[in-house]
Amino acid sequence: MSAATRNGETAAEIAAAVRSGTRSAREVTDAYLGRIGAGEEAVHAFNLVTADAARARADEIDAMIADGHDPGPLAGVPIALKDNLCTRGVATTCSSRILAGWEPPYTATVVERVVAAGAVPLGKTNLDEFAMGSSTENSAFGPTRNPRDPSRVPGGSSGGSAAAVAAEFAPLALGSDTGGSIRQPAAFCGVVGVKPTYGTVSRYGLIAFASSLDQVGPFANTVTDAALLLDAIAGPDPLDSTSIRAEWNPVISAVDEGIEGLRVGVVTELLDGIDADVAARLSEAVDVLRAGGAKVGDASVPAAIHGLAAYYLIAPAEASSNLARYDGVRYGLRVDGVDVADMNAKTRGAGFGAEVKRRIMLGTYALSAGYYDAYYGQAQRVRTLVIRDFDAAYRDFDVLLTPTTPTTAFEFGDKTGDPLSMYLSDVCTIPTNLAGHPAISVPFGTGANGMPVGVQVLAPALGERAMFRAARALELGAP
Amino acid sequence: MAPERITRADVEHVAHLARLALTEPEIEELTGQLGDILGYAAQVSALDLTEVPPTAHPLPLVNVFRPDEARPGVDRDEVLAQAPATENNRFRVPRILGEARG
Repeated sequence: MSAATRNGETAAEIAAAVRSGTRSAREVTDAYLGRIGAGEEAVHAFNLVTADAARARADEIDAMIADGHDPGPLAGVPIALKDNLCTRGVATTCSSRILAGWEPPYTATVVERVVAAGAVPLGKTNLDEFAMGSSTENSAFGPTRNPRDPSRVPGGSSGGSAAAVAAEFAPLALGSDTGGSIRQPAAFCGVVGVKPTYGTVSRYGLIAFASSLDQVGPFANTVTDAALLLDAIAGPDPLDSTSIRAEWNPVISAVDEGIEGLRVGVVTELLDGIDADVAARLSEAVDVLRAGGAKVGDASVPAAIHGLAAYYLIAPAEASSNLARYDGVRYGLRVDGVDVADMNAKTRGAGFGAEVKRRIMLGTYALSAGYYDAYYGQAQRVRTLVIRDFDAAYRDFDVLLTPTTPTTAFEFGDKTGDPLSMYLSDVCTIPTNLAGHPAISVPFGTGANGMPVGVQVLAPALGERAMFRAARALELGAP
Repeated sequence: MAPERITRADVEHVAHLARLALTEPEIEELTGQLGDILGYAAQVSALDLTEVPPTAHPLPLVNVFRPDEARPGVDRDEVLAQAPATENNRFRVPRILGEARG
């Protein structure tokens, strides 16, 4: 059974119908806004729904069609945007009190691109404050609930985007992934989530968390829809100096190429500590790939076991520097003080939530005199080891396979008292970010508690085409 | 080498470096939590990596240049409209040298 039959219409179907004139973009937009109206109170996927702007944009798409113009490959497809993507004149909060009410003076490149491709933005989705977290429990505006079971978290940090797609509030959504923030919520909510190769998708207008790790990517209900959205946002951007300058090689044409002869390695180091039900699904995923003609073997990425520790030094270090800009001077909250330094400290103390403060403190400590070499310097060396180990594994394999998460979605409050246990839920997703490689999470059956399980396909830099072929095979063979 | 444990004084020092005003309960909580997290992260400081070079960034980028041409930036009025306080088209801030800190 394909994901499409579980979740209604696909983005590809909507775009085809709108382009051919059999459905109006307005009708589609109104239908999705209606679903949001009916279900949003229970889920809280959005920080802001921009219904009027969405209807106006849909009418523009319909006018283009009437004039004989093609609005693009995402014609009339509603899309939800993570609320750390800047939208000019539309509140962008990062789910933080320090940015509440801020309206950016410019728009993120990825948002410009989806709009140019014909998509209709429906609003801004909830996240863990500044994308720091794995459950959306760190949002200043209250958590998002998992549409599959409201007593459980949707994952994070892009929990709102994952929940919006799972609840059919939007067929597509954009998120950002620094250590698993697209793939982990995709797995928890039972949708597809993609972290592209670092540098393929512009970060211009993505509010920075950890700049050497952050990457924007798609959420969708099907692998094909995720490919459609990735092709719309990928490619060089002169506004992002870390963007890869080569033209993007579209993935949509690879999705249905099959996996005959594809070499798939199961990362043995990332099977330790995985729940039995998740491990069982992974083993079934291997069977599906073998049945499709792939050659599956064991792969070794020994440094992956140190990836989590390295990440929780590197990401906070970069965050402590990036978040220095929230000083009460140019935008957002200001709490008055006797002088500038006092105003800065009081503003930051009042504006940031507990997890953001924890990361800023951790990062500042890791970078401070006397500890830099032992913590940050060592973490950067581990990063080299992770890259070397992946390079060695990809000499024998085209793609690698792991569970996306060690467990299925947990309940609210399960991990909030112990930050380290929350961090451990990212163990399988983090190595990819350290290496700058792409990865995709595909829904693959359910766990013992009936919640979705995600299987993750990893590929070397710019290996997205092989990655999508394997992902599609898993989707077709999913229980 | 990594310290054995994080003290309250460490937390206060780092909070000052990070310009974060913390409450008493926050200082208490962070003292324990930072110790736990750094205790876990210390596994990387125990590795012998003297022969391994550090990686700061996944892409082999050195310098990225663009033509030195004037081009429109963001609109000044739009930017200033978002500031907590402005004066004469500038950001207004409290005095730099106060009595509270030298």
